[in-house]
Amino acid sequence: MRVALFLGCTVPVRATNYEQAFRRVAAEFGTEVIDINDFSCCGFPAKAVDRMIPLVMAARNLALAEREGVEAVVTLCNACTETLTETNHVLRHDPEQQEKVAGHLANLGYRYDGSMTVRHAARFLYQEIGLDRIRTKVTQPLAGWRIAAYPGCHYTKPAEIYEGFDRPERPISLNLLVEATGAETLELEGTCCGGGTLGAKEETALKMARMTLDQMKERGADAVALICPFCDVMFEQNQKKIERQVGVEYGLPVLYYPQLLGLALGIPREELGFSINRIKMDRLWQKLDAQAMRG
Amino acid sequence: MPEPLIDDQLDPSFRVQISQEKGGEKITRCFACATCTLSCPVRAVDDSFNPRRIIHLALLGAKQEVLESGFVWLCSSCYLCSERCPQDVSVTELMCAIRNIAVREGRIPAAYIAQLELLDKHGRLYEIGDFENKKRTKMGLPRVEEKREEVARILELVGATRYYRKEPAP
Ligand code: SF4
Ligand code: SF4
Repeated sequence: MRVALFLGCTVPVRATNYEQAFRRVAAEFGTEVIDINDFSCCGFPAKAVDRMIPLVMAARNLALAEREGVEAVVTLCNACTETLTETNHVLRHDPEQQEKVAGHLANLGYRYDGSMTVRHAARFLYQEIGLDRIRTKVTQPLAGWRIAAYPGCHYTKPAEIYEGFDRPERPISLNLLVEATGAETLELEGTCCGGGTLGAKEETALKMARMTLDQMKERGADAVALICPFCDVMFEQNQKKIERQVGVEYGLPVLYYPQLLGLALGIPREELGFSINRIKMDRLWQKLDAQAMRG
Repeated sequence: MPEPLIDDQLDPSFRVQISQEKGGEKITRCFACATCTLSCPVRAVDDSFNPRRIIHLALLGAKQEVLESGFVWLCSSCYLCSERCPQDVSVTELMCAIRNIAVREGRIPAAYIAQLELLDKHGRLYEIGDFENKKRTKMGLPRVEEKREEVARILELVGATRYYRKEPAP
């Protein structure tokens, strides 16, 4: 399968571990991942200003992918996923907006027929690669790792635009993907990480993140597996700050799902971007090395 | 106790304005059940935020209060309320509709001005220059080029440059 990888703003600068691990894992399954140099921001940050901005920006990105003839656009960030998917949905269901967007695109020299499939990387692994193929390629099962799988809001919501994928409020696909690596998952009540509120009121956003971190810790997580760079900002990059504010210690390593999968596939950790992860993984490395020695 | 809002502070056309805005069309369907507020993760940690209250202030016509208080900017866009609302009000989209109105009426938060400037300058929220690309190359990742011209052009076409460029609206 030939797909275009949509990086967006944050991933290529701030979450290169996620990007590197996904590319590496995709190659392992024989997926041809191409880069389209003309891609820009998806448009999400400007929706609050004027919702026409993300519609035109997303449609332009999708038009580029259509022109390239790829089978799907694979996204890494939940906000990019939502914006590109929502744009397809609006263009297909709202003729008035469709006409406006088409007019702006024509002005820029583009045309978008609305045919491009958008897939979050995790959904891509779950639906296009599939759990069976993943399981057969696992050479280093992560037995005994307790993982808090955290899909984030826009992976499945708003349900209307995702056309029946997974369960909107309590998705299970990421749990199943984590379990395919041999790790265990734990039950979490899915609450928002707070990323969307960080810019408006930091104190409130950090409290939101803390609710989930508390839950993960109480339920005995060894680490968190994420699929969105905004969730990472809250749970990993702000973890120390939250610890200082509330006087607790989480010490909870946060990694991106493709990194976890990469380890289970036996890919060397140097090729999975772990130097970027901020929270010490020592305990997990010890587990892994002990497992590897036992073979 | 705050003073009650009385007639001359209310603008009955506000609900019409919202229902004519993309995303705000379904505001008058709300029957005040509070499912949105009870589901809201922002509300769970910050009781100054209350989506049902915002909706009812808007329906009442308390335009100034809704726009000035800035509460609509606290919504994290998690869509939980939208999934659960029995009247399918699309509360998340409604918050966005009110944000869009606030921006047009001169109340754009500074953070969004900064983001528009970045999009205009880099085509993305983060700069990717030689420094960033060197780091990428080290990790075996392909170079990424900035594509700002077409993004800036989109901001012009949509009429958004007036929010951050010091020039009169087109
Ligand atoms: S859940 Fe829907 S109907 Fe109930 S108060 Fe909120 S917007 Fe109104
Ligand atoms: S979308 Fe906004 S208002 Fe609705 S539950 Fe989430 S944070 Fe609250």
